[in-house]
Amino acid sequence: MELPISTPDISTEQISATSEVNFTINGTEQQVTVSPWTSLIDTLREQLDLTGTKKGCDHGQCGACTVLCDGKRILSCLTLTVMKNGSSITTIEGIAGENGLHPLQQAFIDHDAFQCGYCTPGQICSAIGMMKEGRAKTREEVKELMSGNLCRCGANVGIIDAIMEINNGGKHE
Amino acid sequence: MNNFNFAQASETDEAISMVNGNDNSFYIAGGTNLLDLWKYNITRPAELVDINKLPGHQAIERLPDGGLRLGALVTNASTAYHPMIEEKYPLLSKAILAGASAQIRNMATNGGNLLQRTRCYYFYDVNTPCNKREPGSGCSAIGGYNRIMAILGTSEHCIAVFPSDMCVGLAALDARVNVTGPDGERVIAFSDFHRLPGDTPQLDNNLHHGELITSIDLPPSGFEKNYSYLKIRDRNSYAFALVSVATGLELNDNIITDARIALGGLAHKPWRVIEAEDFLKGKQANEQNFGAAADIILRGATPYPFNSFKIELARRSIIRNGMMALDPSTAIPGARPV
Repeated sequence: MELPISTPDISTEQISATSEVNFTINGTEQQVTVSPWTSLIDTLREQLDLTGTKKGCDHGQCGACTVLCDGKRILSCLTLTVMKNGSSITTIEGIAGENGLHPLQQAFIDHDAFQCGYCTPGQICSAIGMMKEGRAKTREEVKELMSGNLCRCGANVGIIDAIMEINNGGKHE
Repeated sequence: MNNFNFAQASETDEAISMVNGNDNSFYIAGGTNLLDLWKYNITRPAELVDINKLPGHQAIERLPDGGLRLGALVTNASTAYHPMIEEKYPLLSKAILAGASAQIRNMATNGGNLLQRTRCYYFYDVNTPCNKREPGSGCSAIGGYNRIMAILGTSEHCIAVFPSDMCVGLAALDARVNVTGPDGERVIAFSDFHRLPGDTPQLDNNLHHGELITSIDLPPSGFEKNYSYLKIRDRNSYAFALVSVATGLELNDNIITDARIALGGLAHKPWRVIEAEDFLKGKQANEQNFGAAADIILRGATPYPFNSFKIELARRSIIRNGMMALDPSTAIPGARPV
């Protein structure tokens, strides 16, 4: 049986053009020079040393790379940096306020909402985006609208507990 | 993953001229499927043309006939949560929200949703033959593990299913797709937009290279009183459908005056059988009649060794969703008709 081999119809391996991208990262204006194919997560981690954002599957299936773009939660692994010129990006490093942890960060600690912690930055950014959307009131709705963030330690109950505490205007807000 | 050039288009004509004539040049909007396909070496673009800044395709607007126009560049989330969609086309809203995750819906656009490709795992595995990915190489799914594959409209060359939920809703609503391209504008009926695999499974739809979806039009009737979207999958959320059903009914007392039933997860395109919808007209809305309609819809279904369960699952889903449409308040995942 002859197996198919994917080959490009034209040689693209020599392409080396780069672009300057200006955007705001966690409130600070940044300029980076990137290749067209550089993903936002690689720019954050490799060029800006913001390693809080995690690369899980790199295919949009796990949510670990979730960041906020102009206030909306998106997947940084399926985002080209060159397409975010002029945007405002918030990563887990930009979540805490001047007076310490964001209430949701504290709630994650209080509710034991992680074991290994690898999915946590994405969970917290996603939950902040979800609360801003204002579509989840009940626990079931929160579970549904947080389903794009996987936790393979199985800390999901604690994660939802933590979000419910803040989402429902609990003791922290 | 290959390297590629990148360009940003500021006008529609400019975008078309960049992509037209270059088979390896593609439009990019949300990019949620295209970049995934690129990472798997399935799509190898020489150039991506960013169309996100194009004016004119960014809004949801009323049409003179009472329908709605959905801009191709509006995101899936903005569409599903738009007040006019929630009010007049809740079936579409539910279908969109049944798909993907909140993050992906924030990124993915309406035009791109129509153009997403199958999630057949052999299509995604570049080490296996696949006629959709490499025409003429063979179909690994037919003799392979075909649990998620199609039972309707298949060919000896491809048994992949089209994965969109939104498009099942759009099919039920009789939407129209407005496109523009090198040869001008045209309108494509939703049922004519996607293709069956036949002997050209590499073609998912009837859009020509260089053509651009500009908007999707919804007719005035949104079936907002009696509708339901039911999605059956291996986990409760964030999974593709094994079977999904979009049902819209017009009722006079309990007599059906108009019916729409579209199915996902069963074929290379959203599946509708007009004969089944016509059968329901003038009949009582009950399990027996929905079952008879299901039998018409599933006539000729051809199972493969691992997906024969889909025939009975689809039949039950059609009946259950018909009953749920009688009271849309029951139309939540896991809900049973009272």
